[in-house]
Amino acid sequence: MTSPIPNSVTPASPVDQSLLYPSPYKEFWQAFARNKGAVMGLAFMCLVVFCALFAPWVAPHDPSEQYRDFLLTPPVWLEGGSWQFILGTDELGRDLLSRLIQGARLSLLIGLSSVVMSLIPGILLGLLAGFFPQLLGPSIMRLMDVMLALPSLLLAVAIVAILGPGLINTVIAIAIVSLPSYVRLTRAAVMGELNRDYVTAARLAGAGLPRLMFVTVLPNCMAPLIVQATLSFSSAILDAAALGFLGLGVQPPTPEWGTMLASARDYIERAWWVVSLPGLTILLSVLAINLMGDGLRDALDPKLKNAA
Amino acid sequence: MQRAFMKSRPLRLALAALLLGGATQLAAKPLVVCTEASPEGFDIVQYTTAVTADASAETVFNRLVDFKPGTTEIQPALAERWDISADGLTYTFHLRQGVKFHTTDYFKPTRDFNADDVLWSLNRQLDPNHPWHDKTSVGYPYFESMGFKELLKSVSKADAHTVVITLTRPEAPFLRDMAMGFTSIYSAEYGDQLLKAGKTAELNSKPIGTGPFIFQRYNKDAQVRFKPNPDYFRGKPPADALVFAIATDSNVRLQKLRANECQVALYPKPDDVPSIKQDPKLKVEEIEALVTGYISMNTEHKYLSDVRVRKAINMAFDRQTHVDQLFGKGNALVGVNPYPPTMIGYNNENRNPPRDLAKARQLLNEAGVPPGTVLTLFTRNGGGPTNPNPRLSAEMLQADLKQIGLKLDIRVMEWAEMLRRAKKGEADLVSAGWAGDNGDPDNFLSPLLSCDAVKSGENYARWCNPKFQELISRAREVIDNDERARLYNEALKVYDDEQPWISMAHPKMFTTMRDNVEGYVISPLTNNNFATTKVK
Amino acid sequence: MLSFIARRLGLLIPTFFGITLLTFALIRLIPGDPVEVMMGERRVDPEMHAQAMERLGLNKPLPAQYLDYVGKLAQGDLGESLRTRESVWHEFLTLFPATLELAFAALLFAGIVGLLAGVIAALKRGSLFDHGVMGISLAGYSMPIFWWGLILIMFFSVSLGWTPVSGRIDLLYDIEPKTGFMLIDTLLSDEEGAFKDALMHLILPAIVLGTIPLAVIARMTRSSMLEVLREDYIRTARAKGLSPARVVFVHGLRNALIPVLTVFGLQVGTLLAGAVLTETIFSWPGIGKWLIEAIGARDYPVVQNGILLIACLVILVNFVVDILYGLANPRIRHQR
Repeated sequence: MTSPIPNSVTPASPVDQSLLYPSPYKEFWQAFARNKGAVMGLAFMCLVVFCALFAPWVAPHDPSEQYRDFLLTPPVWLEGGSWQFILGTDELGRDLLSRLIQGARLSLLIGLSSVVMSLIPGILLGLLAGFFPQLLGPSIMRLMDVMLALPSLLLAVAIVAILGPGLINTVIAIAIVSLPSYVRLTRAAVMGELNRDYVTAARLAGAGLPRLMFVTVLPNCMAPLIVQATLSFSSAILDAAALGFLGLGVQPPTPEWGTMLASARDYIERAWWVVSLPGLTILLSVLAINLMGDGLRDALDPKLKNAA
Repeated sequence: MQRAFMKSRPLRLALAALLLGGATQLAAKPLVVCTEASPEGFDIVQYTTAVTADASAETVFNRLVDFKPGTTEIQPALAERWDISADGLTYTFHLRQGVKFHTTDYFKPTRDFNADDVLWSLNRQLDPNHPWHDKTSVGYPYFESMGFKELLKSVSKADAHTVVITLTRPEAPFLRDMAMGFTSIYSAEYGDQLLKAGKTAELNSKPIGTGPFIFQRYNKDAQVRFKPNPDYFRGKPPADALVFAIATDSNVRLQKLRANECQVALYPKPDDVPSIKQDPKLKVEEIEALVTGYISMNTEHKYLSDVRVRKAINMAFDRQTHVDQLFGKGNALVGVNPYPPTMIGYNNENRNPPRDLAKARQLLNEAGVPPGTVLTLFTRNGGGPTNPNPRLSAEMLQADLKQIGLKLDIRVMEWAEMLRRAKKGEADLVSAGWAGDNGDPDNFLSPLLSCDAVKSGENYARWCNPKFQELISRAREVIDNDERARLYNEALKVYDDEQPWISMAHPKMFTTMRDNVEGYVISPLTNNNFATTKVK
Repeated sequence: MLSFIARRLGLLIPTFFGITLLTFALIRLIPGDPVEVMMGERRVDPEMHAQAMERLGLNKPLPAQYLDYVGKLAQGDLGESLRTRESVWHEFLTLFPATLELAFAALLFAGIVGLLAGVIAALKRGSLFDHGVMGISLAGYSMPIFWWGLILIMFFSVSLGWTPVSGRIDLLYDIEPKTGFMLIDTLLSDEEGAFKDALMHLILPAIVLGTIPLAVIARMTRSSMLEVLREDYIRTARAKGLSPARVVFVHGLRNALIPVLTVFGLQVGTLLAGAVLTETIFSWPGIGKWLIEAIGARDYPVVQNGILLIACLVILVNFVVDILYGLANPRIRHQR
């Protein structure tokens, strides 16, 4: 998206300019809303965010409370279920619905923090690589190549093994593993923009390096980065779930969706809901984010507006 | 369930039978056993895991003495009889004659088993000058940890069929130790052959022994194949072939058992046992095994050093529910003493305190423990026979302790890291287990609760009680069984007074199999031997 | 052209060294050593521990160990596994064909179905089929792969009994691993029905592993096809009166496939990573399981060299894709 055209200018004009040129935000929203899937995704994500924010009030039970008389009760629509535990209970008698709601907090937290943790250094490194293609570029890019060559799951496992399991270390591991794609993207976008006239103009006008980097060039590279960020958000949730599945995620009794799946593996035949429901929740959340990401990309990138 | 799949099987087998010429290798009645992990190697003295022992010590090798199947009593094996000197320091083994080593395409023995082979096998681990002593990556874990380096003074031969072992002190469990996998007897001739050819690594991948099964092939991480030894000194095994199929997931093992892809499935989940018992085509062998699951309390910790705090925790722990939930009703004995009732010296008067939350809170108050005190619990990630689901276990304890005002901080760790840190004493509580190797109480008490073990770290409770130590040291040297039982009984009373552990459970061991499998005897020592097993 | 290849090759060397350094550093940073792991809960005699560490060469300072490692690497020596004492190269060669077979089957599945779906979706843009394909492929890369595998097993293996539950082949067959590829080995052996059995065992894991690449390829093909179909030369071809099939497949697809090619290459990395989880669920004896266990056992040579080998493979594939892309697209060839 090109830099926002400021609502000029002439104060004495009788016609309200804002009617003829809708604000960029409104324009963006209209483009976004055209994509039904993206809107549905947004709606679902709003639900998830609501659950995450208001988990203690929304959840019917305490997620860690073990009802020792109600182990592995089925969901309410199956035989043996009850309205007390709408989605049933797990192997320790904890209410599944409450755990899923509480888990939303964790997953969103993991997604957000890992994205932020890799976005900021990623953009920085990408900018440096783009602005200094002879000095810093090659070494930064080689480092990224090395990181990309290693299978990401093994890299994450090794990092968690070094740091020890836990929420923060999981986030760090995921952030490190997603770093290279941000660097590559930023560098490519920066190098694309550097040849443009407006950059040359800014340079001639005497803009210092930091201003050039962050104020002139960076805002114009944001579009692909935003799209990548939504993609990373969703894969962060999946990676956290995978690490949880391998037993390297958050510590019990924290209800993270992937860890819930790992411990449920033993109950596939007896209590399928303990397996299916967390997985379904992950699927729906990630799907929603990806739909939003698609919508974002379509709305932000004019080239693809007519193609997809 | 697997209808479509099953329908084609008889057809396939019929076709195979028709084509049965020399070309096909489809064995008529192989015995396929599903195990839970790959063997680390076949040079058994280098490894400690039960799966590796099953695939090597129980198949390819024999020892001087053996355990009678299903018990912990000793019977002759490669030694026909033995004499013990009056002072308990000299053991003379008279070896069985006419025992042959395996003949394979990589080794043809030129002589029968004799004393040289025993000397080779034991001196390899004992004598630093033995040419094979350094040919290992990590060392000889059992030999070292059982203290044989200090215990064995010499291993020599009186003649070609007599071996004399002298000890540095009397050791009551010694004969039992000689039935353990690490004393397996190798072929000295094969050792020399490999050494001369410079292929010493092959001892680990192409084993030779005197045992009931001859090693054929190992498809890494997939299966191990053996064929029966026609010259086995106890008689050729009835199975036409023995295959270990590696399936790490217990659900998968059960599914394969149901589909008759495996005839025996080891290490089933205790939860599945009831439904397996109801299936007419399957059966379950069970035994009260010599295993114990426990949570140690670090007696060097500020509050845990006070016995009242430990008693309070033991009172708050809902043991029965925990055992029922973790293992399933009736699948485990609630633990009271550090070892199960089948071993000598078990103290029947010891009792777990009844669950009394109010009294527990009172004790904590008396000891001056502020409410909300945090205790860390280290536990490993995956399950094992002594605890199928350590996380579950930890979470249950956490809920229990919350009710008396203690906050449990659970740290699930990777196995290796947990070991290292627990041994250093970094944990307040450690969730652990132990499987007995030879049926002797010393095998439980010395490694886990002795003062020496505090120094070396595996006494996670870091509990060193002089009276307890004195009793078990004496019991180790005395040969008379009744005297030993009395000493252990007294030692366990000390244990009960001090409560360094939260005793959890003595799980039963289960082996599941098809109902047409005969001749399998389940062992209390969690080993699996198929020398007499066949598929009808 | 040659200078393009040479430039690309030149970039590989520092990457290679970077990988050795990174894997070495990573695995050494993990606390614990192989001797401790081996002893497990038993007592570790300090003297024995020291002796073992010396024998394994682990008591030297880290930089010295790294130089040793790189030196051996230069001579082509990949070391021995600390646990089994087998050469790492030998173990890799034994296990890799399993992973390769699985990855290949997954890629075949993903490629064929993905290309077809993408092309048809592009041709029928806006239709129900199009939305369906897009929706399903979006779901495809939104779901946790291990959950998907468990669900499929629950359904097809346990409930319906159509496919076997795990492993590469029924245990009744004793197949000699001549090539390591079960499909080839079963054909070479003379066991009746072994090939079909191996194929049945391959189906479900291949589908699970190939789901994400399928989604990506389908979407990529579709958007690439749509872009190409708008081009002038397609309009010209249509105007010339060529049959629609010819227009699409001869003129359109050829050019649409170029970006899809890069995606194919990138998926190889994803496949090898996803293989770890798939191998765990289906008890498939490949390198994913091998490496995860080696990390747990601190088997340094296996971890370092195993990861190195995989990384080299990924780099090689990316390199080939780069070259092919350069061949297909002259603008890239003559870039800075």
